[in-house]
Amino acid sequence: MSPSHTGELTFSTVKPRVGLQAALDKGRAGIVAEVSGSGLKGRGGAGFPTGVKWNLAAATVADEKFVVCNADEGEPGTFKDRVILNRFADLVFEGMIIAGYAIGAQKGILYLRGEYSYLRKDLEKTLERMRTEGMLGERVLGRDDVSFDIEIFIGSGAYVCGEETALIESLEGQRGEPRNRPPFPVNTGYKGRPTVVNNVETLAWIPSIMARGADWFSSLGTDKSKGLKLFSVSGDVERPGVYEFPWGLTIADLMREVGGENAKAVQVGGASGYIVPARDFERHIAFEDVPTGGAVIVFGPHRDMLQVVSNFMEFFVGESCGQCTPCREGNVKLLEGLRLLEEGRCSTRQMRELCALGETMQQASKCGLGQSSPNAFLSIVKHYGDEIMGRTDVIV
Amino acid sequence: MLVTEQDRLRDDILAWGDAGGGSREALIPLLQRVQQKYGEISDFAMQVIADVLSIHPVEVQSVISFYHFLDLSARGKFIIRLCRTISCDIAGKDRLARQLENDLGISFGETTNDGMFTLEWANCIGMCDQGPAMLINEKVFTRVTPELVHNVLQACRASFGNIGLEGKEEL
Ligand SMILES: Cc1cc2nc3c(=O)[nH]c(=O)nc-3n(C[C@H](O)[C@H](O)[C@H](O)COP(=O)(O)O)c2cc1C
Ligand code: SF4
Ligand code: FES
Repeated sequence: MSPSHTGELTFSTVKPRVGLQAALDKGRAGIVAEVSGSGLKGRGGAGFPTGVKWNLAAATVADEKFVVCNADEGEPGTFKDRVILNRFADLVFEGMIIAGYAIGAQKGILYLRGEYSYLRKDLEKTLERMRTEGMLGERVLGRDDVSFDIEIFIGSGAYVCGEETALIESLEGQRGEPRNRPPFPVNTGYKGRPTVVNNVETLAWIPSIMARGADWFSSLGTDKSKGLKLFSVSGDVERPGVYEFPWGLTIADLMREVGGENAKAVQVGGASGYIVPARDFERHIAFEDVPTGGAVIVFGPHRDMLQVVSNFMEFFVGESCGQCTPCREGNVKLLEGLRLLEEGRCSTRQMRELCALGETMQQASKCGLGQSSPNAFLSIVKHYGDEIMGRTDVIV
Repeated sequence: MLVTEQDRLRDDILAWGDAGGGSREALIPLLQRVQQKYGEISDFAMQVIADVLSIHPVEVQSVISFYHFLDLSARGKFIIRLCRTISCDIAGKDRLARQLENDLGISFGETTNDGMFTLEWANCIGMCDQGPAMLINEKVFTRVTPELVHNVLQACRASFGNIGLEGKEEL
């Protein structure tokens, strides 16, 4: 399997329409069986098995159902969905049509982050073309029993709206505050109807899984992480960009490909992820080892890890929706702690208290934002205690 | 605001609201259109929107206050949003920020006196491989250097609403 640097991506080798036709030929149950058999897990970060999600939504009886493509891509360091939408939007839309047919939905919504609204014009054009080509609208590919259409909803700048229940709130014209789960969107989603929310990349893989079969996909990757994955690589690296690899490669392999051999650490999974120091670069990128939605941020030998984590904490303080206390207050407290560290005035005891606070946030926050925002802080305390404590070189 | 302008705003909102079917789901797209055309969502606009969707104006305000890209106060014709997140930070966003402030004569969060430019920070805008990156209204600018700032601002000044200079993204 050869890696590709923003060049050819494997899912794009399946011609438009081929995957959709194959899916319609398989029928509803056949599609769900194929997706389940492929082992495809969600590419938005949480890694939930896509086949299971579709099966749950298909099994729920309702007068109306929805398919939502999550193109909110707000995780710092992630940009693969932008590249996919820019170049292969038709495959993403095909994935949505296939999902719609499988679960019994006739309407799809692409939730596009406001920062990407410049993509809208081309995306509308693609939708229009697919309508004239008979892939969208009434009687998809001439089939009387299949109709599906897609509209685009533009976000208004809020990272938390990438969380699927916040996204649904936002679609409904509300503040993007995450809901309690359960109920899950597959039962009670948009307008209270069963709704499948999938990441852009997850949907982009569907046509090729339909065309090439579950076995092809599941033969790639590792036991628990099937298939190929797109990575967004940025930071102190010679060749930043989008890369495709099978799950399971080591961080060291990845660093060789992207020109980051002398990295001191990488942040896998964006601001919500963990910092992996160079001594752990033999670890594997996979759901069962170092999981990621695809963001890999590389830090060179001279990068100050304290500044890195402060940058992430500023992000979370700004993006917390403020609904629950551990996250609303906790992120602010952690940022204050980082300021103390920067000034070289944080006692060991204070640092331990901050770590305890971080662990509480991981447990007690309502949604993934507050559950994962302390990760980076806890990682540097664990791996870079020497670097961050007792500073005398005050940075302002 | 002149009466005629209020009438125009009301007519717009009524027309857009109708197009959205008058349901709550139409709220955010409606706010986006008002913001885009009028540069702010005024108290008057909130009242009309609330009436069209049969909700309380406080609800409208509460939604606006949640989203970074919706504004209650007037903004410049060009909103510059410079990414402050880590990869752009590594790529040199601080110097770019300094030069933007120097050339515009304002700090982040402010609008120039002539109402042309508002300077703001953005969180990661998904251009991390091509930083430092910024948005000006809906256009994206990548690998911006301090030296390029002047040209970009001039292109904005020379245009009427649409930025003449193309934002650029490498694929
Ligand atoms: C704070 C937060 C932000 C998220 N942002 C995104 C996002 O931008 N894109 C995305 O696909 N999933 C995002 N997710 C994950 C979604 O909640 C959801 O799991 C995902 O869209 C499901 O699609 P998948 O199973 O295809 O990955 C986010 C989750 C959290 C907690
Ligand atoms: S964890 Fe943070 S973002 Fe999530 S609901 Fe609580 S306050 Fe909002
Ligand atoms: S860090 Fe600036 S665009 Fe992502």
